[in-house]
Amino acid sequence: MDFKGKDVISIKDFSKKEINYILNYSEEMVPYARGEKYKDILKGKVLSSLFFEPSTRTRLSFESAMNRLGGRVIGFSDPSGTSQKKGENLVDTIRMANSYSDIIVMRHPYEGAARLAAEYADVPVINAGDGAGQHPTQCLLDLFTIRSEKRWIKNKTIILVGDLKYGRTVHSLAYALALYGAELVFVSPPNLKMPNEVINECRELGVEPVQTASLEKAIKDADVLYVTRIQKERFPDPEEYNRVVGTYKIDNELLKNGKKNLIVMHPLPRVTEIHPDVDKTPHALYFKQAFNGVPVRMALLSLVMGEKL
Amino acid sequence: MKKELKVPLIKDGTVIDHITAGNAVQVLHIIGIPKGSSSVVSVAMNVKSKLGKKDIVKVENRELDSKEVDKIALIAPKATINIIRDYEVAKKHKVQLPDEIVGIVKCENPTCVSNTNEPVESRFKVICRDPPRIKCCYCEREPEDIADRII
Repeated sequence: MDFKGKDVISIKDFSKKEINYILNYSEEMVPYARGEKYKDILKGKVLSSLFFEPSTRTRLSFESAMNRLGGRVIGFSDPSGTSQKKGENLVDTIRMANSYSDIIVMRHPYEGAARLAAEYADVPVINAGDGAGQHPTQCLLDLFTIRSEKRWIKNKTIILVGDLKYGRTVHSLAYALALYGAELVFVSPPNLKMPNEVINECRELGVEPVQTASLEKAIKDADVLYVTRIQKERFPDPEEYNRVVGTYKIDNELLKNGKKNLIVMHPLPRVTEIHPDVDKTPHALYFKQAFNGVPVRMALLSLVMGEKL
Repeated sequence: MKKELKVPLIKDGTVIDHITAGNAVQVLHIIGIPKGSSSVVSVAMNVKSKLGKKDIVKVENRELDSKEVDKIALIAPKATINIIRDYEVAKKHKVQLPDEIVGIVKCENPTCVSNTNEPVESRFKVICRDPPRIKCCYCEREPEDIADRII
């Protein structure tokens, strides 16, 4: 399978076969991601890391992934130090990064920004999150985590809880999980429900998601509990945010109602939605999930630059 | 009984037939009438036909361009376009949406990159022709009311 030169904009641009290939290759990357093995297959390559919005895990794990494979990183994590501040548009910034590097990784507040960037760049563009839109590398690392822990995804009961309206990770993830035939349960406050178009996409893939506001009931049969933060920055109305923040709190009391081998995932950062006591239990998978971002992103960098292990 | 013409014959121009009943006014809006046009326009609404009710629009001395035809296909997917020259039907075809439409619908998502000052034209993938459903190629959202978003 050849990914050389391919952009990574949306998980929907990939077939199930291609996703499986990426996940299998990510598995091979794990010892390299841990630093147990080293191979500088990206030596001499430069990555432009363009973060127009804040990030901790995505940006650092991309940088780690590039460094672990012997490549170098240029870029910014705050656009206030760039010509954007002088009014330069995104397209011109992309033209520059295109001429300075071999690959572009970008996060931007506007939905579709990465797709637009890919139209102007000759080098591959990887979307590291576009507003409330897509976040394909998060989706891949989530699939990788579930597959690693549960061996397969088909027929597993997976709850997505929290802000399902504005949360970009859950939209891509719901689609991808439906592609794998998971049983989906969406738990959210009524005003933060999963958008209809995501539900329709699941249906088109043969999965009928269950929608509920009660996490206590839903948790009993779940194999995976995927928690998301209620994102203040995505709410047009602060009043709406205040009404729903703190609706769902995951603590050990709640988890007693779940299966013993239930895993709790979260794309992080968390605020108050998961109690720190949960961190010490075997249910807590979110830090391992965050680590998995490194091997998955190493695999993607290697594949789209056509330099394999 | 002699059939009666609901709208008069035209010498040269375009007849848009089989418009979804009630949508004639939107079709007029799409082809820029009455603003900026001195053409004689006849409109018939809720005309009985084999397939129920329909609207008809006749525009004299004007032939539609492909962009206008694409726009009509978005709100009247069963419409036919008849080009009339010297009282005869010179060309007749059904409207058909292409696979992708560029620059004719504005994305309803205010934070879509196509609504910014970047050098970008709106671009939608047609996912269903009848009833028309389109998806923004940038933010992947579907407009709820396409007619409302036509530029």
